[in-house]
Amino acid sequence: MNVDKVLDAKGLACPMPIVKTRKEMKDLESGQVLQILATDKGSKADMTAWAKSGGHELLGVQEEGSVLKFWIKKG
Amino acid sequence: MTVKAMTAKEVARKVMDNKPLFILDVRNGDAFADWKIEGGNIQYLNTPYFDLLDGVEEVASELPKDRDILVVCAKEGSSVMVAEMLDEEGVDVAYLEGGMKAWSEHLEPVKVGDLKNGGELYQFVRIGKGCLSYMAISGGEAAIVDATRMTNIFLDFAQEKDAKIKHVFDTHLHADHISGGRSIAEATGATYYLPPADAEEVIFDYAELVNGLEVAIGDARIEIEALYSPGHTIGSTSFIVDDQYLMTGDILFIDSIGRPDLAGLAEDWGGDLRESLYSRYAELADELVVLPAHFMIMDELNEDGSVAKKLGDLFKENHGLNIEDEQEFRDMVTKNLPPQPNAYQDIRKLNMGKITPDEEVQREMEIGPNRCAVR
Repeated sequence: MNVDKVLDAKGLACPMPIVKTRKEMKDLESGQVLQILATDKGSKADMTAWAKSGGHELLGVQEEGSVLKFWIKKG
Repeated sequence: MTVKAMTAKEVARKVMDNKPLFILDVRNGDAFADWKIEGGNIQYLNTPYFDLLDGVEEVASELPKDRDILVVCAKEGSSVMVAEMLDEEGVDVAYLEGGMKAWSEHLEPVKVGDLKNGGELYQFVRIGKGCLSYMAISGGEAAIVDATRMTNIFLDFAQEKDAKIKHVFDTHLHADHISGGRSIAEATGATYYLPPADAEEVIFDYAELVNGLEVAIGDARIEIEALYSPGHTIGSTSFIVDDQYLMTGDILFIDSIGRPDLAGLAEDWGGDLRESLYSRYAELADELVVLPAHFMIMDELNEDGSVAKKLGDLFKENHGLNIEDEQEFRDMVTKNLPPQPNAYQDIRKLNMGKITPDEEVQREMEIGPNRCAVR
């Protein structure tokens, strides 16, 4: 998948993964893709709900060991 | 700026005393819909924290001025952030210390009654998840039934009461919560009992909890007698304590009955469940006070916070005990069942000793309500 920027939010607890993702997202152009790495298990449901409420598209989620990988396309 | 924390214990007191509270729950909508702090005098607003990052002015205008406001999230972090933002707007709020995880783990001990010659019986109300555990104490000895994962609470309580824990029972192999029974037994040298029919796959040693087993605690010889009552699981066993109390496990609750499907055999066990409820329990004295292993709704709590009711009253009032038609009963307990408890298959494996995840993972597994009943 084509990724325009990567955000490493590993080791951060809620609400920081979303706070940082939101900040990064602001600097991207519509249609660009941000990849986020996180270890907070709650971020799976929250990232999904946040993307939806913000009008972004969650392209995919992958779990690799303890790390969650998200791909979000800016809306 | 620091904002006030409210502990799970303080919230539990408010719920049990039916005090007014306003909860601003900042978890995502699905998590809130699935499971929240319940109470008769609680008002709610659910706005996810990620929708509040641009400011809280709008949500602040929806908060009441005449009751305490508690901001709640899963683990605490987001609720602290939102509480601080509200504080800066001049709104007086507290956050729930430890979030819903602490709420899930809080146990409130409630005395349910006296036993012969100065003995006492306590119920431990896990108010966030609806689990109930018991400790009978007599003459410096204690027996525990259906202990939860938070074993220190039981160990400390027994120590405060100067009681040595002698017997630890699980009424059945639990699927909704992680049993603390085995580790309490290991820590104290007590005997840990499980019904053998539920324990075919367990990988540790246990004593067999079988029909008619009798143990006694203390000089007053408080009797605890096992009564085989399958249906929720094939091994499910009840206890009659001091000829006064009937501990029903997950077979009979105050306003519902046990579900027979969590080990995958609803069709087979529906008949057992009916026989336990409609034959075995029907033969017992109406005066026995039923003490279940769960509650589902706050209405099942008595005014003192206990969950207990006479068997005779349940035979009159509990819908699940009043279905004459056998097929209708079978349909009710096998069809249109509510969703299963979170991670119930892994919880069963853990309770068999097959897996031992670390504490944080165990906490995650226990998220949500118990969901052991069918109404």
